[in-house]
Amino acid sequence: MDEVMDVNIGMEMVNIVLLGMLFIVGIAIARMRSLFGIVMLSGIYSLVSAAWYVAVDAVDVAFTEAAVGAGMSTAVLLGAMLLTSRTAKPEKPLKHLGPFLVCIVTGILLIYATVDLPGFGDPNSPVNTGVGLTYLQINWHDTGIPNVVTPVLGSYRGFDTLGETTVVFVAGLAVALLLGFGERSLAETIRKEDKAPPPLPKDDATSNEKEGKE
Amino acid sequence: MLEFILDRANYWAIIGLMMIGLYISFASGNLIKRLVGVSIFQTSICLFYVTLGKVTGGTAPILYGPDIEGGHGGGHGAEETHAAVDAVLTAANSGERYADLVNTYSNPLPHVLMLTAIVVGVATLSVGLALIVRIREAYGTIESDEVRAIDMETAIAQEAEQEKAEREARA
Amino acid sequence: MKSDHHVILRVVTKTLIPIIFLFALYVQFHGDFGPGGGFQAGVIVAVAVILYALIFGVPAAMRAIPPVFTRSLAAVGVMLYAGVGFWALLQGGQYLEYQALFHEEPGGHHGQHVGILLIELGVLFGVSGAMLTIFYAFAGRVAEIRDEDW
Repeated sequence: MDEVMDVNIGMEMVNIVLLGMLFIVGIAIARMRSLFGIVMLSGIYSLVSAAWYVAVDAVDVAFTEAAVGAGMSTAVLLGAMLLTSRTAKPEKPLKHLGPFLVCIVTGILLIYATVDLPGFGDPNSPVNTGVGLTYLQINWHDTGIPNVVTPVLGSYRGFDTLGETTVVFVAGLAVALLLGFGERSLAETIRKEDKAPPPLPKDDATSNEKEGKE
Repeated sequence: MLEFILDRANYWAIIGLMMIGLYISFASGNLIKRLVGVSIFQTSICLFYVTLGKVTGGTAPILYGPDIEGGHGGGHGAEETHAAVDAVLTAANSGERYADLVNTYSNPLPHVLMLTAIVVGVATLSVGLALIVRIREAYGTIESDEVRAIDMETAIAQEAEQEKAEREARA
Repeated sequence: MKSDHHVILRVVTKTLIPIIFLFALYVQFHGDFGPGGGFQAGVIVAVAVILYALIFGVPAAMRAIPPVFTRSLAAVGVMLYAGVGFWALLQGGQYLEYQALFHEEPGGHHGQHVGILLIELGVLFGVSGAMLTIFYAFAGRVAEIRDEDW
C-alpha cells in the first residue's frame, strides 16, 4: 500500500516538474519580442511535452511530437520568419488587461469544471472502460499486432486516418498554391550558372540581384 | 485532500498552459506570435486528452508477455509471430474474441486521436504561415493593427474617389 | 570560391543522412511492434531532406529531390491509401475492410497485416510528400527583407 503511494508520488513529481517546465517556457514565449527566440522556444516546448508524453505512456504521441513539433514545425516557422520580419512590435501596457482578464475568468471556470472529472490515472473512469479497453481486448484476436495504436489507427479507425492523410495532402496543396511550388529559386540558380560564362549579363534585374547577393 | 489535489494537479497545469496559449493569441498583435499561441493551445488540448487516457500502474499500449502468444513471452521474430498467429487462429475457432488482459495498459484511443491531430496541426500551421507570408507581401507588415490601419486608409481613399467620380458624373 | 568553414557540418551531414533514412524505414516497418508508423516515418524522411537543404542549399536539394516528385509523391500516397479501400471493395468486402482482402475467416491476420502495411506506406508517401512540398514552398520563395528588420 505504502509502495503504491510512493510510486504515485514519484509519478506526480515527474508530471509536475515537466508541466512546470512547459509553464515557464510558455510564459517566456508570452513575454518575448524576438520572433527567432519565440520560434526556438516553441521547439523546446514541443520537446519537453514529448518527454511528458513518455511519462504518461503515450510513446507514439511522444515520437510524433518530437519529430513534428521540434523538427518540422520549427523548420516551417523559421522559413516563414525569414520571409516576414524578425521582431514583434512592443505592445501598449494597457492593452494587455482585457485579454488577461478573459483568460483568468476562463481558467477559473475550467478549473471549477475539473472537480467533476475523474482522478488522474483512474482505471474505472468512463474514458478507460469504454471503447479503448475493448480495443485492447479484441486487438490481438483481430489483427495479431502487438502495438495496439497501429491497428486502431489503420484498421479500426482507418476512415479517420484516410481523412487525416487527405487533410495533410490538401494543406500541402494549399501552401503550394499560396506560395508557389518553390521552383523559382532553382530556376534562378540555373539561370545564373548558365549566364556565368559571359561576364556582362544584359538583363538589369539579374545584374541587380547578383550585386545584391554578392 | 492531498489526494484530491494530486489527482487534479495535472488538469490544472494543463488549463494554465491552455490559458497561456489563449493569452498569447489574444494579446499579441504579431501574426506569427499569434500562431505560436494557437499551436500552444492545441498542444495543451493534446496533453489533456492523453492525461485522461493514463491508467495508474499501466504501461504503453503495446501488448507483451502473456497477453500475446499465450505464454512464451519476448521476441518478435518472423517465425515466432507466425506461431503466435496460428495459436490465435485456434483460439479464434473456439470463439474467444475478448481476451482477459494480464498486464495493465494505458488507453490507446486518445493516443491515436492525438497522433493524427499533431500531424494535421503542423499542416494547418503551415497554411496559416503561408497566408501570413502573403499578407506581408501585400501590406509590408505582419502586425494586425497596422494591417487594419492600412485597410481603413484604403477604404476611406476608395470612398473619397467614388464620391469624386459621382460628383463629376453629376456635373 | 568555395568557403570551407562548413566542412565539418558537410561531412557529418553526409554520413548522417543515410542513417536518418534508415531510421525512418525502421520506424515505418517496425510500427507494428513498437512505437512508430507512417506519420512519424514520413516526417523523419522530410526532416532528412530538410537537413540536406539547410547544409547544401535549397537548389541542391531540389536537384536531388525535385518538387515535382514530392508533390506527386503526396498524391500517390493518398491514392494508395484510398486504393486499398477499393481493393477491399472489389474483393466483396466493405471499404477498407482488410479482412476481405484475402477472403479470410474472422481471426485470420494476413489481410490485416497486408492492409495495414499498405496504408502505412500510403501515409508515409502522403505525409513526406506534403511536408516537403510545404518546405519547398517556403524555402523557394525569394525573401525580400528590409535592412531595418535585422
